[in-house]
Amino acid sequence: MTGLVASLGSGAMTNSIADIDVARTIMVIGANTTSAHPVIGHRMRRAARNGATLIVINPKEIDLTHAASHFLQPRPGTDVALLMGMARYIIETGLADESFIAARTEGFAEFVASLQAYTPEFVVETTGLPWSRITEIARIYATNKPSSIFYAMGITQHSHGTDSVKAVANLALVTGSLGAPGTGVNPLRGQNNVQGACDMGCLPNVYPGSQRVDDPTIQKKFESAWNAQLPNQPGLTHTEIFDAICDGGIDTLYMVGENPLLTEANSGHVRAALERLDFFVVQDIFLSESATYADVVLPAASFAEKDGTFTNTERRVQRVRRAINPVGDSRPDWWIVSRIAERMDAPGFSYSSPEAIMREINQVTPSYGGITYERIENNGLQWPCPDTNYPGTPYLFPEKFSRPGGKACFSPLTYRPPAETADGQYPLILTTDRSLFHFHSSTMTRRVAGLSALDANEWLCLHPADAERYGIADGDWVEVSSRRGTVKVQARLTDVCQPGLCSMTFHFHESPTNLITNPALDPVAKIPETKVTAVSVRPLL
Amino acid sequence: MTETCSFTIDGQEVTAASGTSVLNAASASGIYIPHLCNHPDLKPTGSCRLCFVSIDGGKPRMACREPVKDGISVATSNAVIQRMRVQVMELLIADHYMDCLACAAAHDCELLKISAYLGMRPNQLTRLGKTERNLPVDGSNPFFQFDPNKCVLCGICVRTCDEIVGLRAIGYIHWGDKTVIGAAGNRPFAESICESCGECVERCPVGALAPKTPAIPAREVQSTCVYCGVGCGIHVGVRGDTVVSVSGDRDRETNSGSLCVKGRFGFRFINHPDRLTRPLVRKNGELKESNWDVALDLIAEKFRKSKGRFAALASAKCTNEENYLIQKFVRVAMRTNNIDHCARL
Ligand code: SF4
Ligand code: SF4
Repeated sequence: MTGLVASLGSGAMTNSIADIDVARTIMVIGANTTSAHPVIGHRMRRAARNGATLIVINPKEIDLTHAASHFLQPRPGTDVALLMGMARYIIETGLADESFIAARTEGFAEFVASLQAYTPEFVVETTGLPWSRITEIARIYATNKPSSIFYAMGITQHSHGTDSVKAVANLALVTGSLGAPGTGVNPLRGQNNVQGACDMGCLPNVYPGSQRVDDPTIQKKFESAWNAQLPNQPGLTHTEIFDAICDGGIDTLYMVGENPLLTEANSGHVRAALERLDFFVVQDIFLSESATYADVVLPAASFAEKDGTFTNTERRVQRVRRAINPVGDSRPDWWIVSRIAERMDAPGFSYSSPEAIMREINQVTPSYGGITYERIENNGLQWPCPDTNYPGTPYLFPEKFSRPGGKACFSPLTYRPPAETADGQYPLILTTDRSLFHFHSSTMTRRVAGLSALDANEWLCLHPADAERYGIADGDWVEVSSRRGTVKVQARLTDVCQPGLCSMTFHFHESPTNLITNPALDPVAKIPETKVTAVSVRPLL
Repeated sequence: MTETCSFTIDGQEVTAASGTSVLNAASASGIYIPHLCNHPDLKPTGSCRLCFVSIDGGKPRMACREPVKDGISVATSNAVIQRMRVQVMELLIADHYMDCLACAAAHDCELLKISAYLGMRPNQLTRLGKTERNLPVDGSNPFFQFDPNKCVLCGICVRTCDEIVGLRAIGYIHWGDKTVIGAAGNRPFAESICESCGECVERCPVGALAPKTPAIPAREVQSTCVYCGVGCGIHVGVRGDTVVSVSGDRDRETNSGSLCVKGRFGFRFINHPDRLTRPLVRKNGELKESNWDVALDLIAEKFRKSKGRFAALASAKCTNEENYLIQKFVRVAMRTNNIDHCARL
């Protein structure tokens, strides 16, 4: 997200889901759409069936590859080298969109200079891919337009994730594949309302609508809107919060609907932090693994028990409606937060309904200015939508980018390898993936008997060649160890990963994958590198 | 702009975009023409041979294959067409399973509808004297079952998996009167590449592909799926205070009615007995049931004393309104920007 803001001025999906039908080339990199975004996955397969060229780039042979005409399996964490190599080839063969570059971008010369490092030899050496396959997809992406790129955690969950995102943006800029239907740089948001949580300012550096907390004019605006004095220092990020708890700087945590014991990299560290807290409040619909550490657990209403809105991955704000009464004595989260605030005598928390809250959001969030309940009764609206006459925005940047000056910015990039590489002690690389049948820490999906039946437990996907080396048979219990810990899991022998690479999901508390994943942070986006962890695997006798 | 055509069906003025079939144009204007194998989401195949109409008084033609034209006049039935339809129906139901009252599709079965439309009489139902098929039911999928004895071989499921889901998990197996629908290699659904999305179940016009625990909701509420970032539009089906079904919202641009296995079948967590129903407060090392006043007072008191050492994590599962309030609370009441949420993508 930070990478896209730097390149284009906004961190969201530039185009719409429906654009999948319009694109002639669809490049999916580091995203397992048929598992993590299934209905988008269906649409991509359908597009391929109807003649679009579908290119899948993934270290693992995911299901979508079966619908793809081109499938490249680079070494994990080498996307920057691959994408920069493609950009270099496109420029050198005269396939770049020169008028777009001249009119709508800046920093091209510096970018071209930085490409000198990405010689075919270097790119081949780094990614492990044949040069001819790389140039083939580069040519298709640059010529079979409109071309769109979709990516997800496979790009961002790296110690250099911000660079990878910038590399994606560079490629789109070189070919002018932005600002028109069927083009774009499209990060797929994992959870149903991650986009909304960002839009609403649940981030340490911005208020709602990406308005910076350290900009004095913005701060004043919110101080008068909220009738309160506000802090001007950006706060701590997710991972920094857990560090601060361990260092003693933070001793009270209020956590709504999260289960970091399963979802955070190096969860042993999270556990230590939760144990150390003086006062820990969890608000959730189930007693999650993390909630067992709480001092107070508040029962929240589920999405079927409250009114409100979610913002999907394509920036579309859609209605959620109360279908049943809150179960037991549970309450909607908005009600709970308001009651805590009132008891602390904080001003401005007596809302009559979620709709009243949305009216306040309309006032202080320019991109949501025109998104009223009345207007999103049936179909939702895509932000930016500054006023109630505005029809919403299916694709961003038709004429200018959201950066100062209106131009997008090329990013010169230096290749950096993943923080961990395989060595004698930890000879395999573990990457994480998702199951179609479970969601995140699976607190919801594992309570659906049928979903558990379809996918009952964790598996380590291991290449038969590696399995043979360590004397492991299909179905054997194994121990997977990294520098941070050990988990037990059953092995499934499959060639979906190339030898040397293995994968697990992180849905099962019995095999908590994130106990062993790598928390090495991207220096800018602060996203941990859960996609590349050096591990050793040994059979359990 | 798509051009539109104006014409009449049984004397009624109808307009439809050119390229539309007479059958889909009729359905869209609320005029019924018997049919089994046609579905507005799918390309027509004309295999069921029921949707005959007469155009400008001509010979019977299949309405699913006739594109609309300006000025034509369509008749949805006449004596010849009625006879042809009855013959087709006799063949179709000759070996059909007839336990209709206990069938999951009874409320919207196309076969029952056609039978009623044609006024089929008991002797016509059994005239061909075939015995009921007695093939094994495939109950391997936890959410739905396939009963080949009820299948009319319309192929809607096969085309759905191909044209909508893009997967081709199922197809026709065997030939002639042995033809059945099944997962590739005639394996059970659960052992095939089927993704359990239920799109085929949703479109099956009879009770062959049906949910295992069918429940017609007492009412439906338009909402949005809670799982992934696609944000599919859904209708939440409710009986009393229990969610009993989820179906896709066909009018939502996001998904045009499509859903995946989690969205369609993953709703049982809502009324699960594990749900937290009362506030819990830790006493002597254990979390004990409490009440809102006690819990909220304690929180307010502790939070007041923790200014400067406080952080909050909001949720990608909460609504926008709730996330807005959480960050407002942290900034206004706790005077800190220590607020983040789970996934940083
Ligand atoms: S449930 Fe979905 S994937 Fe499975 S056969 Fe039906 S349409 Fe295909
Ligand atoms: S139905 Fe499936 S694809 Fe659609 S939002 Fe829900 S989980 Fe995502």
